[in-house]
Amino acid sequence: MAKNVAEMIPGETAVIEGFSDEQIGLKLLEMGLLPGTAIRFNFSAPFGDPICVSVSDVDLSLRKEEAATISILN
Amino acid sequence: MEEKRIKIALTGKPNSGKSSLFNHLTGLNQKIGNFPGVTVDKRIGACQLDDSTQAEIIDLPGIYSLYPRTLDEKVVTEIFSDQKNNLYPDKVVLIADATNLKNCLLLLTQLMDLKIPTIVALNMMDLAAKSGLSIDVKKLSASLDMPVVMINARNGHGMYELKNKLAAPLKASSKSVFQIEEEIKPVVAKIKDRFHLATDYEAYHFLQQTENLIFLPQSERDYIKATAKEHQFFPHKYQGAETIMRYGFIQELLNKAIVKPSHKDWKRVSHGIDSVLTHKVFGYVIFFSVLFLIFQSIFAWAQIPMDFIDTSFAQLSNLLSRELPEGPFFELLSQGIVPGIGGIVIFIPQIAILFAFIAILEETGYMARVVFLMDKFMRQFGLNGKSVVPLMSGMACAIPAIMATRTIDNWKDRLITIFVTPFMSCSARLPVFTILVALIIPDTKLFGFFNYQGLVLMGLYLLGFFAAIFSALALKFIIKTTERSFLIMELPTYRMPKWSNVGYTIVEKTKTFVFEAGKVILAVSVILWVLASYGPIDEMNSAKKIVNEETAILNLSEGEIQNRIAAYKLEHSYAGKLGKTIEPLIKPLGFDWKIGIALVSSFAAREVFVSTIATIYSIGRTDDQPTVKQRLRQEINPETGGPRYTPPVGMSLLVFYTFAMQCMSTLAVVKRETKGWKWPLIQLLYMTGLAYLSALIVFQVMS
Repeated sequence: MAKNVAEMIPGETAVIEGFSDEQIGLKLLEMGLLPGTAIRFNFSAPFGDPICVSVSDVDLSLRKEEAATISILN
Repeated sequence: MEEKRIKIALTGKPNSGKSSLFNHLTGLNQKIGNFPGVTVDKRIGACQLDDSTQAEIIDLPGIYSLYPRTLDEKVVTEIFSDQKNNLYPDKVVLIADATNLKNCLLLLTQLMDLKIPTIVALNMMDLAAKSGLSIDVKKLSASLDMPVVMINARNGHGMYELKNKLAAPLKASSKSVFQIEEEIKPVVAKIKDRFHLATDYEAYHFLQQTENLIFLPQSERDYIKATAKEHQFFPHKYQGAETIMRYGFIQELLNKAIVKPSHKDWKRVSHGIDSVLTHKVFGYVIFFSVLFLIFQSIFAWAQIPMDFIDTSFAQLSNLLSRELPEGPFFELLSQGIVPGIGGIVIFIPQIAILFAFIAILEETGYMARVVFLMDKFMRQFGLNGKSVVPLMSGMACAIPAIMATRTIDNWKDRLITIFVTPFMSCSARLPVFTILVALIIPDTKLFGFFNYQGLVLMGLYLLGFFAAIFSALALKFIIKTTERSFLIMELPTYRMPKWSNVGYTIVEKTKTFVFEAGKVILAVSVILWVLASYGPIDEMNSAKKIVNEETAILNLSEGEIQNRIAAYKLEHSYAGKLGKTIEPLIKPLGFDWKIGIALVSSFAAREVFVSTIATIYSIGRTDDQPTVKQRLRQEINPETGGPRYTPPVGMSLLVFYTFAMQCMSTLAVVKRETKGWKWPLIQLLYMTGLAYLSALIVFQVMS
């Protein structure tokens, strides 16, 4: 089972592999989260959800359920 | 020389400085409205580009691409895919954030393929330089085959050049980025022919977003869908491939045009601030302090201008009553219309203050963090991180609060927020609460420490809050939507707010309220005034005579007689008759017709309860609370022989005022924000129904 972004820990960096949800995937592609780009897990909100990630100099917030659809290689 | 008029659209992703650029180009020549059929702010302004060219500038909502998900984004796609749309621009300015060029360019490449003449306005070059980034603008312009102008939207640098470029003839870029796959070329050609479209990409878009082409009749849309199906065109599959292809082009472009890569750590400051502002403890402490500051200022600071407006309009009304000749028309003017306008103007301080805060929160980038902090909690109740500010503001006044829901871009979340916000106990309920609480709750302390009256008052605020969140929860399951709720949102870099943008927001929101909701408020307040001042003529005319006869032996002062005449007139007015008519209905709640009249007149504004009660009990002055309280305590219930305002009656009234929708101004704003009378009517029925049932239960159980 591939790892996903929701399982990352603060400070961890990984490479985006693909998306498991088509609709969310398309939105994320548009925001510049392309397969092959680096993604960094910055921090999560106080109750662990949502989370903040960085992708090519942009900080994004994602809900955990959204982050879970991004599979990563690391 | 003949003057040319052209239409120019500003587009770009959110937080790229679009509003600032718009304000620079148009100054105060702005018109604010809604896009047709939706409650999405539309801002249009005029700009003189050169001696012979005048431009109409339209500020489009921020988008990342032409594939929309929210209402705001749909508006943009609609305009760009319909050349007959009267907002379809002659030229487009794409404003790009130089610190973050990559994801600004996706939309640009789509516009290139639509062959719309476009100019890139490269904003935030100063910040890019600070981050160690430098952009070869000439190379960028050549690779894109379109003009690229460097601007600074904060101080207005580069406006002259941008205007010049916009006034000059502009051709669409000759480059195309997206190559349509071989297998779908036939179906694209078919649609292109059928609808006489100029480009393949436009035809491809027709296939991609058939549902959003609302300018086409349903039959045409069905045709496109059938054609797509027949040719096995699967929108999502091609959309993903398209985005990846576009980013390929963008990456190549950036490799050529960006001279130095950015420092990896230039956002350190922003991340440092984030580690405090989204901290487990400090994050919430700071956020609730900010909320408290907002709440405090709407509640307390606005009071000074509000009192001033209140007195000014009262004086004007008195002055007109004195100076104008007698007659129904002049009475309507001095006692109906002037106070009605006063009732609109009085909300301006609260609206201005709330939107000043909201604009600052948005401008600094803090609003995105508020959403980040509150999203998880609010989502459980069908709300959104952004619902917090409206709900909290609702404790001061529901009107600016409901207007503030426009920051929520998911329609369902926004509707639920609008629906439940009036449950939050607003400042107009407070005068009613204080007088009733003082009347029925003893002024003693629990454990010698907690004041009972204070506890009850706090309980009422909590009651309103719980009604709001549980109603939200219920609505979450009732309202069906196909729109998915996302929180994929950029957390912008922190920066100082641009104060002129804050100013524009205040002016815009105030104007909107005064001119749009104001109409309904004025109409209803005039109707209410007529109801309360007029009745069957012979009854009204004999008021003086009857009161004089009744009080002849009492030896009352002139003032007391006047008060009694006012009470008699109100009792026999149409509003009085209405109060008597609803008496059987409200009797199970413990109310009599006098309270009934107060309920009817409260519809103008809840605090009117106090002044109506004062009139009906012939008190005259309302600013003298102990007198009002004294008089209410003496009121006898003829059926029991005991006091009218017993604890059960008082509690029943308190609960009724906590829940009931008794504010036509709120209804007028809800009507405006939801585009129709459906939601305000449901809200009126639901809230008043809940109020009735709860008051009924309270009264019946307690007595």
